[in-house]
Amino acid sequence: MEFFRKLFGGQVVKEVDTATTAPLTDQQIQSILHGTKAQFDLQQLVAASGQSVGKQRELNEDSLLALTATLAGNSGSLPFGIYIVADGMGGHQFGEVASNVAIRIVAGHIIRKFQSYLFSIKPSPPDESLQEIMQTAVRDAQKIIQTEAPSSGTTLTAALVLGQQVTIAHVGDSRAYHIYPDGRVEVVTRDHSLVKRLEELGHISPAEAENYPHRNVLYRALGQGEILEADVFTVSFPQAGYLMLCSDGLWGVVADQDMLKIIREAPSLQRACQNLVEAANTAGGPDNISVIIAQMIG
Amino acid sequence: MGFFKEFPLETQRITMPEDSNGDATPRRQLESGITLLKRYLIQDVIGVGGMGSVYRARDLHFPNVVKLVAVKEMINTAPDPLIRQTIVQNFEREANLLATLNHHSIPRIYDYFTEENRSYLVIEYIHGKDLEAIISGNDGFLTEEQVLTWGIELCEVLSFLHNHKPDPIIFRDMKPSNVMIDHNGEVKLVDFGIAKTFQFGQKGTMIGTEGYSPPEQYRGEATPLADLYALGATLHHALSRRDPRMEPPFSFEERPIRKINPGVTAEVDAVVTRSLQYNPEDRFQTAAEMKDALLAAAHKTGILSKVTTTISQANGIKPLWKFKCEDEIRSTPLYYQNTLFTGCYDNNLYAINAGNGEFLWKYPSEGGIVSKPVAFDDNIYFGSEDHRLHVVGARSGKVVWTYYTNGPVRSSVRIAEGHAFLGSDDKYLHAVNLNSGRAAWKFETSDPIRSTPFVANELVYVGNEIGDFLTIDFRGELKWRFRAKRAITSSPVIDKQLVLFSSLDGTLYALDHRNGFVVWRFRLGKGSISSPCVVDDIVFVGAADGFIYAVEARTSKELWRFRTDHQVTSSPAVYKDSLYCGSVDGYLYCLEYRTGRLRWKFGTEGQIIGSPLVYDDIVYVGSTDNQVYALLA
Repeated sequence: MEFFRKLFGGQVVKEVDTATTAPLTDQQIQSILHGTKAQFDLQQLVAASGQSVGKQRELNEDSLLALTATLAGNSGSLPFGIYIVADGMGGHQFGEVASNVAIRIVAGHIIRKFQSYLFSIKPSPPDESLQEIMQTAVRDAQKIIQTEAPSSGTTLTAALVLGQQVTIAHVGDSRAYHIYPDGRVEVVTRDHSLVKRLEELGHISPAEAENYPHRNVLYRALGQGEILEADVFTVSFPQAGYLMLCSDGLWGVVADQDMLKIIREAPSLQRACQNLVEAANTAGGPDNISVIIAQMIG
Repeated sequence: MGFFKEFPLETQRITMPEDSNGDATPRRQLESGITLLKRYLIQDVIGVGGMGSVYRARDLHFPNVVKLVAVKEMINTAPDPLIRQTIVQNFEREANLLATLNHHSIPRIYDYFTEENRSYLVIEYIHGKDLEAIISGNDGFLTEEQVLTWGIELCEVLSFLHNHKPDPIIFRDMKPSNVMIDHNGEVKLVDFGIAKTFQFGQKGTMIGTEGYSPPEQYRGEATPLADLYALGATLHHALSRRDPRMEPPFSFEERPIRKINPGVTAEVDAVVTRSLQYNPEDRFQTAAEMKDALLAAAHKTGILSKVTTTISQANGIKPLWKFKCEDEIRSTPLYYQNTLFTGCYDNNLYAINAGNGEFLWKYPSEGGIVSKPVAFDDNIYFGSEDHRLHVVGARSGKVVWTYYTNGPVRSSVRIAEGHAFLGSDDKYLHAVNLNSGRAAWKFETSDPIRSTPFVANELVYVGNEIGDFLTIDFRGELKWRFRAKRAITSSPVIDKQLVLFSSLDGTLYALDHRNGFVVWRFRLGKGSISSPCVVDDIVFVGAADGFIYAVEARTSKELWRFRTDHQVTSSPAVYKDSLYCGSVDGYLYCLEYRTGRLRWKFGTEGQIIGSPLVYDDIVYVGSTDNQVYALLA
């Protein structure tokens, strides 16, 4: 205290005393309590999801898959989760088939690779690397979409959570986000859309991009092209934050800061997902909406 | 045809949780031995594309000679019968057109026919390889002369197509895999746009081959200028070895050819760059114009007449000083308080004045020293092949204490938490208490440990010579284990979530440091004992195939590789924007670390086996010519 008095002449302390802060809402208090109370021994992954056909489409061409597992025992616990959002395209040409194939084939492939690790008495990790597993899963899905739903295509944003790592395979313009309670909203994937590319190159401005006539043109999509190079990479699970996957039906109509606000204020992950979908629909719901949010507790 | 009724069943079938598409009979490949039209005897599959397969077949109309043909199959998977019919009609129309083309770089079309849902094109069989296979099958760069020759021939054939009457023919899909080089070295353009009629894309989801196509083609415009852009992209790929399909579209400007392949002349680079301009009006306006530009570049630089000169780096670099020991130096030096310490095969640890290379003192062990010395609390720690860990005063050069293992010590020492961790050929990982000089614990493995332990997160990470990678906690208990296929001599390093090391099995591994899950693996040309180094999320490592590799840590994508003339056992060191690495070819290389471009190289009279050390703008390195060199970084 002596030290501070010397520095500030004793005045500052008083000022601090008189300072008031805006009262917290109940929800904010809830979420703070929620955050601080969570001192679990068992580290676990939780997730929720939401989906809607939107207000202007008749068909739902989005597919999503969320699978969360906890295996805990003497050797510790290892959070394991598979989260996938796929947004099919091709109109009557089976966009919904493509997205459906994508989520099932990719998740099926991953599960098979982890079968021994998850379910056998003497667990052995997969022979391949996590990134290789994601690559081959995408390749499998690509092949099968080309036979089952030719000329259609789908985006794919698939996240494999294992421990503290998230390995993501990504094609198209669905997105994965890291959202932190301190207000950071980071897109961790890169849209494979012509409009994004033109914007990156500075050929069109962000404002022009908003009204660009070829907004729906992707330069990479699952089911399209001979060589498909999915973006496959590994990042850390956002500490104390959220991993969110969504289709452009959400991110295209709800601004980042609004998404953040909705997630922060919702009492649970499930409600956060519902409210995000609702926000997209309130904004017109021009496209199918899919969202998955995952959080690491403990 | 009953497609509408059948389709819902199809949908249901895929929703079943099974991945086997073996029962998808409509897509099955023709088996060899089958004869089509009683004329084309299928011998083998020579290619598989999105539309179907390409077969090698024998034409039975020529019983006395073996006449081979290529049969390209296109499977009509359109569910709507009307669309199916239109597709077949388009196919036949285009096949008729192509059959009339007569050019030495275009394979002859002999025949076409449709059987059930498959259409076939019978084409001249080309003995050769496609350009994509040639590019990827080559370890180094193709010669500029070679690529230029092909580029000129491709301009000629495109010019022929674009000047076709009454309507120009747009190739639409220029890319390396559609360029065949036959056994005479001649160029053939294969896979005409005909197959495209089978891709009845809608909403313009995707058009053209991503990576090679110009911006306008993504909007559905196919023009002669689009073909020229794609040719430029093909030449760029051939000269730079960077596959544009692995990169975002229109990003060639970010990968200037000469930055990647300094062997390419500025003239040729300029021609390719112009053909890749974003706006069509900034490119060559005709194939003939582009051909003239390529020819002019070739004449100006004289590359068509003589072989390209390889990088001849004038060896103008003079060392600041050099210091000669009595035997080979195979280890990495240490800088500590203006003194350079290096172990030597003459059994001595040398202390040299880092400023002027003057001898300060030497300390004799009883075996060769291949490990890197480490400084801690004014003492120098190092292992020797005399089985011991030696601790020597940094100033005095006098022994403080020694610690015995039961085998030669080739691993370097890691100091953490009051302990020295080191491996030994006695197969143990030793944790030695620095106060007592005694073992706190020893962890037994099945084989010698030559890798240097890494300590982080209260865990010790180390590899051994059978290929085990072990993580041991501070109590000496195994936390997790991973097995590579061959020895892990390389020393691990931890960066963020990953623990990275290379192995003699030819793989650079990235494991989750918490549990040993393999996050990614990167294939090296040969085995490696070089220890990786990570800077800016880029992993650098050398391998016995002579290359220094740069790999992106997040994606495991190769950023560049640099070829030296012998094995790279040395570990790269990054300082400012340069990477320093030695090679058994005797040179110390200084590369721009983001691009892998050579800045300079310095030749020693022996091999460089150990790693360079950079400190205060000076790089120090030892060689088997018995000398330590100090060079300006």
